[in-house]
Amino acid sequence: MTLPRRSHPRPLDIAHGRVDLTHGGGGRAMQQLVEELFVAAFDNEALNQRNDQAAFDVPAGRMVMTTDGYVISPLFFPGGDIGSLAVHGTVNDVAMAGAKPLSLSAGFIIEEGFPLADLKRIVDSMARASKEAGVPVVTGDTKVVEKGKGDGIFITTAGIGLVPPGVTISGDRARAGDAILVSGTMGDHGVAVMSQRESLGFESAILSDSAALHTLVAEMVAAIPDIHVLRDPTRGGLAATLNEIAAQAGIGMALKETAIPIKAEVRGACELLGLDPLYVANEGKLICICAPEHAEQLLAIMRAHPLGKDAAQIGVCREDAHHFVQMETAMGGNRVVDWLAGEQLPRIC
Amino acid sequence: MKYIDEYRDGELAKGIARTIAAEADPARSYHLMEFCGGHTHAISRYGLEDILPPNVRMVHGPGCPVCVLPIGRIDAAIWLAKQPGVILCTYGDMMRVPGSKRISLLKAKAEGCDIRMVWSTMDALKLAQANPDKNVVFFAIGFETTTPPTAVALKQAQALDLKNFFVFCNHVLTPSAIAQILDSPEVRTLGTVKLDGFIGPAHVSTIIGSAPYEYFAEEYQRPVVIAGFEPLDVLQAVLMLVRQVNEGRFQVENEFARAVTRDGNAKAKALVAEVFELRKSFEWRGLGLVPYSALRIKQPFAAFDAERKWEVPQDSVADNKACECGAILRGVKRPTDCKLFGTICTPENPMGSCMVSAEGACAAHWTYGRFRDSKAEA
Repeated sequence: MTLPRRSHPRPLDIAHGRVDLTHGGGGRAMQQLVEELFVAAFDNEALNQRNDQAAFDVPAGRMVMTTDGYVISPLFFPGGDIGSLAVHGTVNDVAMAGAKPLSLSAGFIIEEGFPLADLKRIVDSMARASKEAGVPVVTGDTKVVEKGKGDGIFITTAGIGLVPPGVTISGDRARAGDAILVSGTMGDHGVAVMSQRESLGFESAILSDSAALHTLVAEMVAAIPDIHVLRDPTRGGLAATLNEIAAQAGIGMALKETAIPIKAEVRGACELLGLDPLYVANEGKLICICAPEHAEQLLAIMRAHPLGKDAAQIGVCREDAHHFVQMETAMGGNRVVDWLAGEQLPRIC
Repeated sequence: MKYIDEYRDGELAKGIARTIAAEADPARSYHLMEFCGGHTHAISRYGLEDILPPNVRMVHGPGCPVCVLPIGRIDAAIWLAKQPGVILCTYGDMMRVPGSKRISLLKAKAEGCDIRMVWSTMDALKLAQANPDKNVVFFAIGFETTTPPTAVALKQAQALDLKNFFVFCNHVLTPSAIAQILDSPEVRTLGTVKLDGFIGPAHVSTIIGSAPYEYFAEEYQRPVVIAGFEPLDVLQAVLMLVRQVNEGRFQVENEFARAVTRDGNAKAKALVAEVFELRKSFEWRGLGLVPYSALRIKQPFAAFDAERKWEVPQDSVADNKACECGAILRGVKRPTDCKLFGTICTPENPMGSCMVSAEGACAAHWTYGRFRDSKAEA
């Protein structure tokens, strides 16, 4: 886009500059940051109106809305960064209702002293992720807090989406007898982030799976509008998400350990770190619960999509007054796959 | 995954389980104590109880370093964290253990104490170097496996002439704890606790070797099999113990020959001997005061000893009256025998230490095995 006229005598010194308190102060400095960094990167019709809100028409139908805060440390990790994550995570939360994501908002809380170069890298990555997903960032906000009152940058995004007619996806719709599917390998994101934490000395080739899943979901709901549950196993991993659904639906689950796809590198890293991959976060995977007669078709659709090629059925739902998620281990014994107690990995998303 | 999958082969496991069932004498029972929390965790996580015959019973032992630390020592660590200018570093599991008045390190941190979770002693050393104006205290816990890294940190601190690095030493010893259990009235005179053999912890023995167990295998006439932490290791050790019991033998056998030798790691042992000496006695949760069961820092390294630098409180604090951690750690009771288990004591809200660490008997049973209790109810 082109600015109507040059309103600031000197452009931002992206290479060497840092965010200071004036960038959040509401004056010219803030306007310059917004124009040269955010508006330039996100560039879309609604945002370019430069109002305090984005105005747009919505089609009739059932809408969903979601919001998510991103506080990940480190900001840059193998396979992504806080910017792309803030787009993918919120797009996925919209998509897990079977909805088509329409637009996003973005709020930035930046710590004084944060390098402009890092900010630009994050914003560019965010803009790229939003363009690839076809979901524009239509409105935003920037705040700067004093040094020591934040940790670099926190981002909050909200998203809205439109649910296709006939689709009613909800955690309480899981029924005894339903099949439990996952779209791919578990634990990649958490392990990729942990491998970057400075106190961990190992280099790993594991990339975060951070990705926007709405195109995969669109194909799934187009074929089977009656999918019962979709959810992305982020914080707390597969284990926490399945327990949430079991509690919500008032059912139990029976998993088979040998059926759960986990990359060998992820299992290796988890061994070293004393983590259980079932509890490690994912950012580009989904859990799908459906009637047993739909399982094969949904698996075939997922496996044909680049983001679902390792899809697998990992278990079934069943009656259980205790709502236990149980798993037959590779040894042939049984165990509970429980809620996570405490915090296995802080600040993973 | 190489070197892991070989020890998690489900078909092999079922084969060993069948052999155990075939060789175990149906006319008798086998009560085998896995000393180490790592084994407790493996048994629960892989559901091994389901594939063992009903007359082979695993009794969980006290080998969880987080679990055996008495409340007084946790209070002392919190006291240290509250001293001006102190950064207290510890391994993650310690953060949630409640001290007296239900204050944990995690809560003390939320109240403003500078408490950091570290992955190794070297992280604590680096923290001391990076914060010369602070006193960095490493809250050292653990059995023989974690002692050498603490010794290395102390040696390095000395070499670097650090003035702001301290260790609050709580390292404890495995053989003395096993001896204490075997000396307990429940085992020795009352006979209320049946213990037919022990699975010894492999990682401890990579350091101390298998020789330290020979004395009490002989003295107490109980077989010991030192075993790794993979499910096949545990099953193989159970089979070896069943065979020893059947044959009336009580020897120290080594299932973990891939890493354990009779004499252990001479270098690590020498390092530990250079830096640490025995305490006359040390309080263990569940076992009480156990003579010569823990280490303290030797005089040449006194400058790094938190207990010499500060007047660290040495109070002994009693457990919650209803909490059965003590009896559970001795194998006298099972987690489900405790009134608090699963009612007000859960991993989210632990009352006793056995519910905190993933290696604690209560946490392992609650997290992985409680579906069996609901079956029993039904």
